[in-house]
Amino acid sequence: MTARIALEGIGKTFGAGETALRALDRIDLVVHPGEVVGLKGPSGSGKSTLLNIVACILEPTDGRLALDGETVWDGRYRVADLRRLRRERIGLIFQFHNLLPFLTATDNVALAMTLAGTDPAKARGRARDLLDYLQIGKRAGAMPSRLSGGEAQRVAIARALANRPGIILADEPTAALDSERARVVMDLLRQVAQDQQAAILVVTHDEKIFDRFDRMVALRDGRIEQDWRRAA
Amino acid sequence: MNLALADIRHRLGRFLMTCVGLGLLMAVALSMVGIYQGVVAEALALSRSLHAELWVVEQGTRGPFAESSRIPGDVRAIVARVPGVAEAGAITLRTAEAKAPQGILRMQIMGYEPGRPGGPSAIEAGRGLGGARFEMVVDARARLPLGATVELGGDRYRVVGLTRGLVASGGDPLAFVHLRDSQDLQFKLAPPAARRALAAGAGTGSTDTVNAVIARLHPGADPDAVAETIRRWKHLAALTDAEQADILTRSVVQRARVQLGMFTIVLLFVSAVIIALIIYTMTMDKLREIATLKLIGASDRTIVGLVLQQALILGGAGFVAATGIVFATRDFFPRAVALGPAEVAVMAGVIGFICVLGSLVSIRAALAIEPQQALGG
Ligand SMILES: Nc1ncnc2c1ncn2[C@@H]1O[C@H](COP(=O)(O)OP(=O)(O)O)[C@@H](O)[C@H]1O
Ligand SMILES: [Mg+2]
Repeated sequence: MTARIALEGIGKTFGAGETALRALDRIDLVVHPGEVVGLKGPSGSGKSTLLNIVACILEPTDGRLALDGETVWDGRYRVADLRRLRRERIGLIFQFHNLLPFLTATDNVALAMTLAGTDPAKARGRARDLLDYLQIGKRAGAMPSRLSGGEAQRVAIARALANRPGIILADEPTAALDSERARVVMDLLRQVAQDQQAAILVVTHDEKIFDRFDRMVALRDGRIEQDWRRAA
Repeated sequence: MNLALADIRHRLGRFLMTCVGLGLLMAVALSMVGIYQGVVAEALALSRSLHAELWVVEQGTRGPFAESSRIPGDVRAIVARVPGVAEAGAITLRTAEAKAPQGILRMQIMGYEPGRPGGPSAIEAGRGLGGARFEMVVDARARLPLGATVELGGDRYRVVGLTRGLVASGGDPLAFVHLRDSQDLQFKLAPPAARRALAAGAGTGSTDTVNAVIARLHPGADPDAVAETIRRWKHLAALTDAEQADILTRSVVQRARVQLGMFTIVLLFVSAVIIALIIYTMTMDKLREIATLKLIGASDRTIVGLVLQQALILGGAGFVAATGIVFATRDFFPRAVALGPAEVAVMAGVIGFICVLGSLVSIRAALAIEPQQALGG
């Protein structure tokens, strides 16, 4: 089975010389299709940095990154169009939900699909289905400024799921949600992992949802401190 | 969904304010083009209205607009007999100040013989000159009503007709009077010494002096050939209408034209800089949104399209506002603001070009935005 995400000896140094900061060091991590992996660790331990490297938003300084068996970075990027890779194969959910303020909830979700070449009418239809599925169908026509934090976060999740990506990366996706909603979101992600054989990597502090992960990776000072699987 | 439009709709108030501001600036640039065109059009309006194909003037001059020219009145009859000439008319041309009901009015007085070339080709209101003395056909620019009386050289003239768009190159309205009246006026307005000499029969000995003779030709006659024939007479020069038009635009209004042209270029340059700045501000206001677009995988084409479309929408809306403003206010200008579909279309093209050019810096900046910039704060 080809790994969805494979990191070998990944390192990241910010800056150079005296002020250089080693944010990640010798990270080896493989995530398989259908796996839901939690990433925890104290603030500043490198969780976001790791996620951004997998998302090809941040360039590593050492090691090798492969997605779906394809080498993406090994000293330099091997993929010409990183944004295409991102829109077609990766779903991103951030702490700050990053919706476009000038588009309705539906259009924010549909945009992800039209950017990937889906016909706009079809994209809107699926966007509405996704919002219904996330139980915010009645907010479909609202602008982001009119949405509560939890609603906006669910719109962002719908957007991440829109293109049925094989990889979903989420940075504190449940931070703005109550524990009930947080569990619903996690169950949804688990469902997607199962249905789409997606690999899901979630940065979280939230102990209430730890039981929703198949596997938990703990970072400390840019290194993997612990990597344990839940007993099947 | 169109991102450019959606974003504009999202901040519609601000966008409209920007459009109004830009519209005012473009309106100034557009008026400048109109005023420039107006100066040229006005310089040519009289000679066009006269339908003259040939101008016979004093030898060694390029009159009667560029230089003063004086020829005997009987030249008209000579010119009329030249082969190829269909009809000829004598004209006088001088600037004078008249006492009008609303105050002193500066006018270009043109004398001609009704029935012969030299009169306006179209009368807007009232009628052309008849046989009676002291009648006047004046341009609407003088803001005189039909029937008004105007005092010129001690005589009272009655306004019997109005023309439109006939002004001297300096912008003074044209006033047509009978040739006889204009020759009297010439005498009355001459300096006292010259007048005494004339009255005593000295010098040229005649008050039958005109400034030019204009001729219309038979169909098929070659203006250059006829001009050549006339030039063989001593004391006479002949200009074809094309040469006259050239003198009018190249010489008579040259400085005004260049001045206005330079000013127009400066304005367009200022507009370009301001448009570029507005587009840049609009783009940088969307820094986070553009970063987000990159985060979710939008291609450079999408980003460039967003910036460029907004620039063109802004330019287009501003230009529509500008055109509206200019056409609503053009009648308040003291001189013609000559804007036709051609000028408006050319300006639209220039503004479009400026918008594209002005977005280049912003496009570069937008393409340099990193997706991480969506993640901070
Ligand atoms: N762009 C950056 N430039 C410099 N240092 C950074 C940058 N991003 C993160 N860091 C540093 O890298 C370390 C790891 O940060 P981060 O991955 O955000 O941690 P976490 O998400 O676990 O809180 C921190 O010390 C942080 O200050
Ligand atoms: Mg973080």
